[in-house]
Amino acid sequence: MPIRETFWNIPHWAETAQYILALLTAVIFLYGVGRRVMRWRKGRPDKRSGHFWERIWSVITQVFAQRRTLNETYPGIMHFTIFWGMLVLAIGTALATIDWDVTHLFFGFQFLTGWVYITFELALDVLGLLVIVGLGMAIYRRYVTRPSRIREFPDKSLARDDTYVLVMLAFIALSGYLTEGLRIAVTQPDWAVWSPIGNAIAAGFLALGDPTNQTLHLIIWSLHILTAFVILASLPFTKLFHILSVPLNIYFQSLEPAGKLSPANMEGGMGVKEWKQFTWKQLLDFDSCTRCGRCQDVCPAHAGGLFFSPRDMMVKLEKHLWAKANGHSLHGDVVSADELWACTTCRACSQVCPAFIEHINTLVDLRRHLVEEGTMDNLLQKALANLGRYGNSFGQAERMRAKWTQGLEPTVKDVRREAVEYLWFVGDYASYNTTLTDVTRKAADVFHKAGMDFGILYDVERNAGNDVRRIGEEGLFEMLVEKNNKVLSKCKYQTIITTDPHTYNTLKNEYPWNGNRPTILHTAELLDQLIVSGQIRFSKKLDYKVTYHDPCYLGRYNDVYDAPRRVIKATGCHLVEMPRHGDRAFCCGAGGGRIWMDEKDVRERPSEARVREAVALEGVQSMLVACPKDVAMFSDAIKTTGSEDRLEVKELIELVHEAM
Amino acid sequence: MNIIVLAKLVPDLVEELTIDESGAALDLTFARMIINEFDDHAIEQGILLKERGGGTVTLVVPEFDGADDVLFTAAAKGADRLIKITGDFIAANNHALAHCVAGLIKDSQANLILTGVQAHNDLDGAVGPMLAESLGLPYVGYISSVAINDGKVTIHKEYPGGLLAEMEVALPAVLGIQVSEEPPRYVAVSKVRQAMKDSSIEEQDASDLDPDGGAAVGRMFQPEATSHAEMITGDPEEVTDKLVSLFKELGVL
Amino acid sequence: MSQDIYVLIEHLQGRVADISYTMLAGAGELSKAVGGDVVAVLLGHNAKDMTGNFAADKVLYLDHEKLAEFTSDAYQKVLTDLISKDQPRAVIFGNTSIGSDVASVLSVRLRLPLVNSCRSFTNDGKYVSQICGGKIMAEGELPVPTALVTMVPGGYPAEQGQSGEEPPVTEADVPALDALRVTLSKYIEPEVSDVDISKEPLLIAVGRGIQNQDNIELAEDLAQALGGVVCGSRPVVDQGWLKTSRLVGKSGKYVKPKVYLAMGISGAPEHAEAIIGSDTIIAINMDPTAPIFNLAKYGVEGDIFELVEVLTEKVKQEKQPA
Repeated sequence: MPIRETFWNIPHWAETAQYILALLTAVIFLYGVGRRVMRWRKGRPDKRSGHFWERIWSVITQVFAQRRTLNETYPGIMHFTIFWGMLVLAIGTALATIDWDVTHLFFGFQFLTGWVYITFELALDVLGLLVIVGLGMAIYRRYVTRPSRIREFPDKSLARDDTYVLVMLAFIALSGYLTEGLRIAVTQPDWAVWSPIGNAIAAGFLALGDPTNQTLHLIIWSLHILTAFVILASLPFTKLFHILSVPLNIYFQSLEPAGKLSPANMEGGMGVKEWKQFTWKQLLDFDSCTRCGRCQDVCPAHAGGLFFSPRDMMVKLEKHLWAKANGHSLHGDVVSADELWACTTCRACSQVCPAFIEHINTLVDLRRHLVEEGTMDNLLQKALANLGRYGNSFGQAERMRAKWTQGLEPTVKDVRREAVEYLWFVGDYASYNTTLTDVTRKAADVFHKAGMDFGILYDVERNAGNDVRRIGEEGLFEMLVEKNNKVLSKCKYQTIITTDPHTYNTLKNEYPWNGNRPTILHTAELLDQLIVSGQIRFSKKLDYKVTYHDPCYLGRYNDVYDAPRRVIKATGCHLVEMPRHGDRAFCCGAGGGRIWMDEKDVRERPSEARVREAVALEGVQSMLVACPKDVAMFSDAIKTTGSEDRLEVKELIELVHEAM
Repeated sequence: MNIIVLAKLVPDLVEELTIDESGAALDLTFARMIINEFDDHAIEQGILLKERGGGTVTLVVPEFDGADDVLFTAAAKGADRLIKITGDFIAANNHALAHCVAGLIKDSQANLILTGVQAHNDLDGAVGPMLAESLGLPYVGYISSVAINDGKVTIHKEYPGGLLAEMEVALPAVLGIQVSEEPPRYVAVSKVRQAMKDSSIEEQDASDLDPDGGAAVGRMFQPEATSHAEMITGDPEEVTDKLVSLFKELGVL
Repeated sequence: MSQDIYVLIEHLQGRVADISYTMLAGAGELSKAVGGDVVAVLLGHNAKDMTGNFAADKVLYLDHEKLAEFTSDAYQKVLTDLISKDQPRAVIFGNTSIGSDVASVLSVRLRLPLVNSCRSFTNDGKYVSQICGGKIMAEGELPVPTALVTMVPGGYPAEQGQSGEEPPVTEADVPALDALRVTLSKYIEPEVSDVDISKEPLLIAVGRGIQNQDNIELAEDLAQALGGVVCGSRPVVDQGWLKTSRLVGKSGKYVKPKVYLAMGISGAPEHAEAIIGSDTIIAINMDPTAPIFNLAKYGVEGDIFELVEVLTEKVKQEKQPA
């Protein structure tokens, strides 16, 4: 009957040594893991319990099925093969251990016999090959193609960590095959064909004959075992720790809407100054980063040449967490203010992170401290001061907010005076920016023609605070929320509509509606509904070739991808997608308060890169957007890139206006 | 170093200004009052001096709507003592204010008194020099830098054309700040809210507000916006065409 | 007591400041209404030859080595003495770094009424002051007995305060100037700049309304097309978007170009006084009530961003040979 003699060719002393080593490894391993866990527990509390099955399901899809990881072909396959190969080998080893050290030892029987054993051998033999393939891909990528996102870490020693892992894994896989091959070469069992690779290797060794092969087997087996224990013992101290931390991080991921920022720490000052002010989940985030660099690849700030990378932020915070003297402020030598201010909060990083790290929460927490210290750009200070005083970043009087309505026929209803169905929260840019008021007026016209009963708040509307919050000015955000809430609570309406995704996001996800949240629609959704219901009817079919830019706060933050596309198609336009679209859309660079800051250090503005991406599409005349800030950003970028004769920017609502 | 800063609130020019029924004064009933920009610089300069050389900063603000905000904001920046002078300052002029403040602080043994060099509604002159004179102290205005060194200050005074004068002024003295060495810092709303909890405003009654020394106003009016400029109108195309021909006419094109 | 109008002449480093002529012009107008002579009061040291072109009936010259350059303490002492002795009808100071250091102090010391920011005088001798950043004018009777007045530029051209006739100079006594609490250590000259905007014939000026640094480039483009130079008001320079050498205004340069194109500049008095010497001011501003329109010869109510690029293009086309 097919069976493997466990510890074949292994002298008793070696067998004993193995058990001693195993014990030692277990001690080191547990110490290492315990040390990490203890550190997490030093973080602030954060409730991440509940929704057990939902969480388990995400572990299944993201850890075992590797869904996000597989979003990129090469690195995806690379990791998938290593993951499954190693997993099967580990399970195999575990089964063999149980077989020998549990069932055999205590109950006197082995289950790895007969056809079970054959299957076992075949599975391990073939899947081990997966590891070799994956590691080969990894080695080729890291040392030959060397994409920038896995280079130039803020800490040079990390390159050694990466090499260590690859070398160890490669060695364990190869030595495993060699051990198997040598064993087969010597014992030549009848069922050797079921270990095709081992058998092939055995063929190579046959010529050497015994006892050379037996000696070789013992040496390589010893090295194999030693390596296995070293890998296990070092797991909590190296990049390998992600094997444990990432599944945990995925299990404990936030199930809140993406657009809802976590509340600010208030202990020992607003935001985060020292690492202990992070939540345990944020500390787990840092320990989960494998520095794969996917975040850096999609980061507009990084692409723009600013010295910011979400990858590096995680790497530096993780390093600091374990540094000896880490009681001091993180600001300055760990993360610089320039880095923190560079982020547009576009959330592309978190969207691609296979470890489900929540970068924006950490970034904003750190910014909150900068705000408290007053460490910020002059322009930003000015904008915040204006927002505090006038409720808009432009520093214009409240009475000017509805100036754009002057001369409109019929006049726009005042929600403070009469009940309406739709309360239009216009937002700062659409209200005050003179290049946008034309679009805003067209929006009003579309609403009228669609027969909507709508009104605005006139001069009592204030900035909704989405970006104020992302700047880290939590106090000002609360003030704006308070003021808007007070006004809104007095008005009679059913639905809030807005053209501004930023306003949409915070109203929908962050305002405290006390369980009474009205329907909140972005115009893209509204237009989609109105077209379906027939309230909007088009008089002509537009025949433009257009592309569409997904605003971060509409797409990635709120998953509104299809509505605007349906609207575009309904107008008759032919939609051509940019290479980066949907949840991969490249940020215009305005978010997170960047629009209020000086862009002086930027090498290539994200908006310009985006315009170039659109210009490269053959025959595309218009770049459609669904955000007032996008209109401002891209109109500007079209000029600075000299693309005026190639491309124009249009608000979605302008397109609808034209087609009506 | 015992530093006193005097700051007042002025109508916000972003808002539309209206003239009251008498026709001789601004109607401030609904006006938004904000800190005089120069006074904001004076506060910043006071805080900078404190941070650099120690001491205390006392902020004195006459009562207007929004005075508490100004005081607490300064506390959040680092001011130690907050004094609000209560009284009807809407009708009072700078002579009255200077006289009143002089009475309140004459025994305070301040080494240095800072205030904004001017305010846009100074119809009867700047308050700084009046305060200095009421206290018998020297005054220099248009200051852009202050360094304290035993018993005197070295200041930079601004003149037209970017010219600066370095002067020495014996202490105690009153200085009119044109611009602080660093732009006035932003304070987070949370810090202002914290200051509201942690610090208190001392209220002191304005004993008498004597406007003597100011000139009587017969009438106030808004200058006609287009009384001088000939307005060029039209859409951007037309306007730019007209500007181009104007440039040619004026010989610059 | 007299009906004379005294004007405190301002000078720095041996040069008479332009505001002095504006004040002399104002004093001339006022004297028509109230009678009395226009008296230029010059405090200085070996400075008698400065008085040649003053449009004044006479010059009172007070010489002392401690009056060579302005210090508030010395000026206050000398003028306290002079005004209390002579009791003129009015004393005019500049609303400047010099005049403002003195006028308010004297008002308290001598218990004389003060009128600040006076722009002009009416035919019947009333003062007209400009306050609230030029948005409000206040008019009133000239207070008695001696009115102290600080003047802002804008009401009268400097040339009106100049004359071909040399006024007679009388020397007056200077009181003892000891125990002065304010002393001048030295002057710090502005950094030598790339261009001297006070000598440029065409200036493209940008102000707060420009909103962000990128838009400075738009102004630069226009300036380049037209062959002019970009300058700006205080907020733009404070922001670090333009060098200090390009600052127009109270602490910057006084300019007198042929054409001054003011974009997004509201025209606050501090700026207004520095550009008053321009031949033609063209203003572009969104706010139709901006005081700049009172100064400008031509105005456009509109958005600079909508206009500048189009304008630059058209200028470029004009320049290209047909």
